[in-house]
Amino acid sequence: MHKSSRQKLLRIAAIATALLAASVAQAAEVVVDQLNKTFVIEGNKVEAISINVGDTLRFRNDDPFFHNIFSLSDLKTFDLGSFPQGQSKTVTFDKAGTVEVECAIHPEMYMEVTVK
Amino acid sequence: MKTHSTLTRKLLLIACLGASATGAQAAEDYSSFLRPAEIPQPDNNRITSARVELGKMLFFDPRLSGSNWISCGTCHNPTLGWSDGLPTAIGHDMQVLKRATPTILNTAYQPLQFWDGRARTLEEQAIGPIKAAGEMNQDMDELIKELSALKGYRDAFEDAYPGEGITENTIAKALATYERTIVSTESPFDRWVKGETHAMSKEAQEGFEVFLGKGRCVLCHSGFNFTDNGFHNLGLKNDDDPGRYGIRKIKILKGAFKTPTLRDVALTAPYMHNGAYKTLEEVVDHYDRGGDTKDNLSPNMQPLHLSASEKASLVAFMKALTGEPAPVSLPRLPTE
Ligand SMILES: [Cu+2]
Repeated sequence: MHKSSRQKLLRIAAIATALLAASVAQAAEVVVDQLNKTFVIEGNKVEAISINVGDTLRFRNDDPFFHNIFSLSDLKTFDLGSFPQGQSKTVTFDKAGTVEVECAIHPEMYMEVTVK
Repeated sequence: MKTHSTLTRKLLLIACLGASATGAQAAEDYSSFLRPAEIPQPDNNRITSARVELGKMLFFDPRLSGSNWISCGTCHNPTLGWSDGLPTAIGHDMQVLKRATPTILNTAYQPLQFWDGRARTLEEQAIGPIKAAGEMNQDMDELIKELSALKGYRDAFEDAYPGEGITENTIAKALATYERTIVSTESPFDRWVKGETHAMSKEAQEGFEVFLGKGRCVLCHSGFNFTDNGFHNLGLKNDDDPGRYGIRKIKILKGAFKTPTLRDVALTAPYMHNGAYKTLEEVVDHYDRGGDTKDNLSPNMQPLHLSASEKASLVAFMKALTGEPAPVSLPRLPTE
């Protein structure tokens, strides 16, 4: 391989790595706890949250009974199934808009996710 | 110095543990099981005596049905724990319906109404059975005409909802208001929680421990109204009712129904959404088996391996949730 082309390649690789690192840093993961049949982020009860396209919500069950988080919103339809205390499941939001997130077992658990 | 402070901390910890161990039962805070001070009510339909009186007239008036023969109180009979004592309801033209008549005790505290939670408010719920062909089979326009022809009702609506007239909306609001006043009264359990140590039998107290622990009951039957207001498939035999799945197409909701209150539960046999069990003992046996049909069973369900005395104590505890009967006065219905 030519020295110049190898340098070029290295440069491309460096840029690609930098881009990847940037995108990883940008896409945040937010932990949403299920506690006392409410959605809780960092200790505060939430009914609405705003995140960026590409961000991930990690739903973690802190209650001694099962929850089953889902959404039937057109933007992002999902059913995480039921999971017990201590377990968590993630959803990545890849399109901008609004998603209504609910627990199938406990419909009082409701949260609106605005994806920007 | 460092060792000293660690030791102090350890000693403090031991002292705290000791205190909580000796305090045991009495110190335990069960206030989450006591009735909230206020009955929840929407801003656009506050409880007033005129509204309660009107709602009560409508509730007990068989003219609310198409046949002029069935009132709300026919199925929600106050002498039978605000239910009907039947496995499943009997509706218009003596049709046997698929689901049991739920008690309307404490519905004010429920965020969703009906076994499948399809109504978000009591106002919305109140109109459902009136119009349902299988239940009261009433035509709303016809009903408004019938009520409007009676001066007694015209005056009562004007008192309760001045200037709003007799409409589907005011009928719903009055019925919902009356329903909100149908609340449980103090039971031996409540008196025990408040500190009357002998208000509930020793057996019932043991039953409460099973309820909170080995019996896993509190996982769903929690809070003052002994319900999580949630939906669970209990694995009942021979039951193809989709339940909550009819409202929300999520797998876990196939065959799932709303957790009913346990307040006054001794008065509302038969039990379960399809009236499958005649006694509380049969219900406890069902849970002890971990349910029968397991294909979409609630993950909170599992075999419990309760002893005979644990089962009996659970039943004793549930019976201690029966309050003194609240006096129900019957209205005189307008004839002109
Ligand atoms: Cu839940």
